[in-house]
Amino acid sequence: MFGEQLVNGLALGSIYALTAIGFTMVYGIIRLINFAHGDIFMIGAFFALSSVTLFNAPLIVAFLVGMAGASIVGILLSRLAYKPLFDAPRINLFLAAIGAAILFENFAMLVWGPQTNTFPVLIDMHNYSILGLKFTTLQVIILVCTIIFMILLHLLVNKTKVGIAMRCTAQDMNTARLMGINTDRMVYVTFAIGSSLGAAAGILVGMYYQAVYPMMGFMTGLKAFVAAVLGGIGSIPGAMLGGLVLGISESLGAAYISSGFRDGIAFIILILILLIKPSGILGKVTQEKV
Amino acid sequence: MLEVKNLNAHYGAIHALKGISFTVNKGEIVTLIGSNGAGKSTTLNSISGLIKNRKGSIKFEDEEIIKCRTDEIVKRGIVQVPEGRRIFAELTVEENLKMGAYLRNDSDGVKKDMKKVFDMFPRLAERKTQLGGTLSGGEQQMLAIARALLSKPKLLMLDEPSMGLAPIIVEQIFAFIKEMNEKDGLTILLVEQNANMALSIAHRGYVLETGNIVLSDTAEKLRTDDEVRKAYLGEG
Ligand SMILES: Nc1ncnc2c1ncn2[C@@H]1O[C@H](COP(=O)(O)OP(=O)(O)OP(=O)(O)O)[C@@H](O)[C@H]1O
Ligand SMILES: [Mg+2]
Repeated sequence: MFGEQLVNGLALGSIYALTAIGFTMVYGIIRLINFAHGDIFMIGAFFALSSVTLFNAPLIVAFLVGMAGASIVGILLSRLAYKPLFDAPRINLFLAAIGAAILFENFAMLVWGPQTNTFPVLIDMHNYSILGLKFTTLQVIILVCTIIFMILLHLLVNKTKVGIAMRCTAQDMNTARLMGINTDRMVYVTFAIGSSLGAAAGILVGMYYQAVYPMMGFMTGLKAFVAAVLGGIGSIPGAMLGGLVLGISESLGAAYISSGFRDGIAFIILILILLIKPSGILGKVTQEKV
Repeated sequence: MLEVKNLNAHYGAIHALKGISFTVNKGEIVTLIGSNGAGKSTTLNSISGLIKNRKGSIKFEDEEIIKCRTDEIVKRGIVQVPEGRRIFAELTVEENLKMGAYLRNDSDGVKKDMKKVFDMFPRLAERKTQLGGTLSGGEQQMLAIARALLSKPKLLMLDEPSMGLAPIIVEQIFAFIKEMNEKDGLTILLVEQNANMALSIAHRGYVLETGNIVLSDTAEKLRTDDEVRKAYLGEG
């Protein structure tokens, strides 16, 4: 049972990690806890679902549609709702995020209805045994997708000019501007990346739990937020690590303590981390941006 | 080359620049001196477009730029080395320099200029892969200047390059500034509290006091001006 729960935790943790990256990158660049991020995760899953149910799209295409659609939604969100408030107090931005979250949820209910949709399984299910642990095809897909996305993200952020410019913008926006960087554009790029990874996570969750519904982003969004804080908000490797730690603790906790306790574990971890190391596992002691 | 007319800047209710006017001609070193809070940084940040609440006229090469975004202003060739150097602490020396060249597409030219600044500042060459945040103050100032040079400025604006540095390093930095001006014909707008040093290399100067320009003259005349000597050169 331990092995099974570990694998389950890894899969869940990968999904949290993919979602947490959007939180952490957006926080890193504009110091906003983007509470609409969980809903972008949901919208991405719906886009992918619709591409399958309406157009019989193959899985890869469904992923591309979901991720591209979500990044457009992310860019529009940042451009229309957040950009006018960049110079306002952070609380205004935060309220805009909550407003956007409610808007997205209602939009989804209107377009796709409030019911839970099953995501048609488009793959043959097998069981694999790797290093003595048993994986289902879906779990392998989740892990492989996550690893690929993480590697791509790492290369993008650390090796490309746009990626380095994004990091500059996150570190010191005014100085980034003095380099000739269009920092607004960097913010949009950040939203696009975070949203597309969130959408990928949403699609994977939809497949894993066979459920796509308008409120699906709420709990996962909160958990991903916990994962981002756990790893050190603003840190991309932190979000990855935080997601995995959270996913594994949740699975093991649900198995060995009580399954009714599953969702509580995330918040116990959040409280512990805030008490013991508020900057998170990989977080630096943050200086407030002025 | 740069013509500032009746420039006003506000921070909320604070009126930080009260209609200042000055010019910088091609090939000149012009210095802006004044004590703490006079509005020197505000002036540079208004020119760079970092302060949005600004009014008046800023003409660069005969074109109005007061409505431009910072990146557009940099693209036109006005580059600022900000107060406190503002090195990207989590980027390596080399990455910092690459960001200086962010707007350039001529990778061969960038490579050449990179080599040039490394020849100019061998200390930076030795520390290429070191994180910016781990450099000493003097090295950071060199990096900040080198980074600005990589964006091929037409007008280089320096905000207190002497701040917090040992006198010997200050002299080195000022020697570089003078050399860039004399050898490469780079036009420079130099903001300083260290009026003595600034006036020793500048051609002309302006004295700023609580948001107003109160004096302007050749550097030589300012150095011998009684008021200036009393207020800014610690003499008299
Ligand atoms: N971000 C800000 N918000 C509010 N007021 C500001 C801000 N920045 C500067 N000021 C005010 O504007 C005035 C001019 O400041 P500025 O930084 O331009 O001075 P300075 O001449 O560069 O001084 P220093 O030599 O200390 O750097 C000061 O009264 C300062 O308090
Ligand atoms: Mg200043």
